[in-house]
Amino acid sequence: MASSTRVTFPNKLLPYLLLAPQLAITAIFFYWPASQAIYQSVLREDPFGLSTQFVGLDNFRRVISDPNYVNSLQVTVIFSVATALIAMALALLLAVMADKVIRGKGIYRTLLIWPYAVAPAIAGMLWLFLFNPSMGTLAYLVRSAGYNWDPLLNGDQAMVLVVSAAAWKQISYNFLFFVAGLQSIPKSLIEAAAIDGAGETKRFWTIIFPLLAPTTFFLLVVNTVYAFFDTFGIIHAVTGGGPGKATETLVYKVYNDGFVNLILGDSAAQSVILMIIVIGLTAIQFRYVERKVHYG
Amino acid sequence: MTYRGTRLSLALGIMLASSTSSFALTEISWWHAMTGANNEVVETLSKEFNESQSDYKVVPVFKGTYPETLNAGIAAFRAKQAPDIMQVFDAGTGVMMGAQGAIKPVADILSMGGTKFDKSLYLPGIVSYYSKPDGTMLSFPYNSSSPILYYNKDIFKKAGLDENNPPKTWPEVWEAAKKIKTSGAANCGFTSTWLTWIHTENFAAWNDLSFGSNENGIAGTDVELKINSPIFVKHFQELADLAKDGTFRYGGRTSEAKQLFISGECGIFTESSGGLGDVIKSGMNYGTGQLPYEPEAKGAPQNTIPGGASLWVFAGKSDEQYKGVAAFFNFLSKTEIQARLHQVSGYLPVTLAAYEETKKSGFYDKNPAREIPIKQMMGKAPTENSKGVRLVNLPQVRDIENEEYENMLAGKQTAQQALDNAVKRGNAAIKQAIGQ
Repeated sequence: MASSTRVTFPNKLLPYLLLAPQLAITAIFFYWPASQAIYQSVLREDPFGLSTQFVGLDNFRRVISDPNYVNSLQVTVIFSVATALIAMALALLLAVMADKVIRGKGIYRTLLIWPYAVAPAIAGMLWLFLFNPSMGTLAYLVRSAGYNWDPLLNGDQAMVLVVSAAAWKQISYNFLFFVAGLQSIPKSLIEAAAIDGAGETKRFWTIIFPLLAPTTFFLLVVNTVYAFFDTFGIIHAVTGGGPGKATETLVYKVYNDGFVNLILGDSAAQSVILMIIVIGLTAIQFRYVERKVHYG
Repeated sequence: MTYRGTRLSLALGIMLASSTSSFALTEISWWHAMTGANNEVVETLSKEFNESQSDYKVVPVFKGTYPETLNAGIAAFRAKQAPDIMQVFDAGTGVMMGAQGAIKPVADILSMGGTKFDKSLYLPGIVSYYSKPDGTMLSFPYNSSSPILYYNKDIFKKAGLDENNPPKTWPEVWEAAKKIKTSGAANCGFTSTWLTWIHTENFAAWNDLSFGSNENGIAGTDVELKINSPIFVKHFQELADLAKDGTFRYGGRTSEAKQLFISGECGIFTESSGGLGDVIKSGMNYGTGQLPYEPEAKGAPQNTIPGGASLWVFAGKSDEQYKGVAAFFNFLSKTEIQARLHQVSGYLPVTLAAYEETKKSGFYDKNPAREIPIKQMMGKAPTENSKGVRLVNLPQVRDIENEEYENMLAGKQTAQQALDNAVKRGNAAIKQAIGQ
């Protein structure tokens, strides 16, 4: 039996004691707020909590039937897919390029990892300073070149701006994993293909890319989760969800409805829906990804 | 063991000492959202008040931006840890007023301090904004401002406009803006901060038009918006038309457009009187004028309404604390304090005496821009259209307006459609917020 090799504690209490800090953290920072959100999502309450009314699933019904919610769902999907694809494609390109560099490999890699250390809100501000039509340096150049760059009113341009900022920040992370993934591909395979006369492009698409698949799939999940939940700071700093509702993602809407509009019930219902989405994404990751990824 | 003993007794001693001192001194907590120079004003005022007497100690605490401060206060109230005084921005006024039972009217508190509260000493335009329909003053106006017109004199000269004669009505502004654009004096003729506060709420008050039913929400929380009436539609269609060729440029939902004016990109600009500091700091050759009005509106110009923030007092505190708050507010109302605040910070004075004092000192001869918002607010007694706008969810309604205006300026819809949508969505949001 497997239990014969398992470490067993003589004391029944000790293992629980050792687990206690982690359990406490999980309970305080996850279960407690999550249960509060669920509780709040079935209530209707004024901001000050002076009058509270149990409304069952009314908040959920209202949220789901709200065309603005459907809109922000669409925005989130477009934003996430675009961010994940761009961040991964560029990271892969950079990783393949950096892999070929012979001199100063370390410097290139280090420099490419830097943006990952930039906080989302700061990343947002950087892009805002460059591309804000009122004060942006690059925006000024684009406008004087005759292109009507105005993300304050043009929703598509605003989307391009937040996607660029979000993708730029994530490229470093993806780059790290792709570099590691590339290193784990046996050189002998590539050399054998080269001897057989396969060109560089052919080698990439038939050998390197398929062998990177586990990494790519892992990054796809991570990037989607990132685009869903970690980009609040960027959107808040760059567009504030505007113009109109062109860049209002699900997470941004939770914040806006809860903390600006003070509709706690609707906001809580939205965060419960988001919680379900996260659980779904995490389940996918555990089921399919954890088993297949090889960490270089 | 002995070491621990001494530490314990020391700690006990400190506790005793601090508790005895708190018997003599009642602490008044003041949560605010002021940064930079304005934060220094808060600190100085608290320090001066604390040194002026020995019964109370005001402790100011910075809580972030205006919405963050409001949220912090609401969360603290829910946790039964509310501060005594909290600074709430104009749009949050309706939120606070909707919270019957959470707040204590300032009028009640001011009469608790031993002095009789005399409303006539305060500037009527400001007081009525922070009062209930029956006239009870609910919060203490701390920093008030009102929108005015700014223009770039150099650009006016280049465009062949009279640099000493700013446009007074909107048609005059559009004319001047077009001239600036076509003459090439600047890339853009006109821009504005806060399309909601300036071009909707103040546009209604200044032209004596109804923003919404129930005296714009001052007489009751059940409000139907009226901002799709013909004069609003005309105004916004004109803005939308000017936006097409860049004669009008949109800067953003709050104060972002200031950059467009300061950088010389746009020649004419409407913005809060509180924005004067940045304009002066830029060193540009600027002029100021009254907020333009719409000549087609009967009774225009009426009066503008204040923005900025006021101080609210939470309910459920001890009498001793309320007396301290009263003493502090009376201190803030002192003529020399108000006059200084007004001249240094650019906020409007809260009392008439402070205004008269500043006038007598000749300050306005050197700084005419400081008097414009006061004259705008004091010119006429406020009507039911011009006391202010009060909705329990004004921040949300402003967001809705902003979204519709942005879609209009992007050319996706006409002014009529934008305002109809804003009214429809705004009314639904108000209904939901008041629980109908």
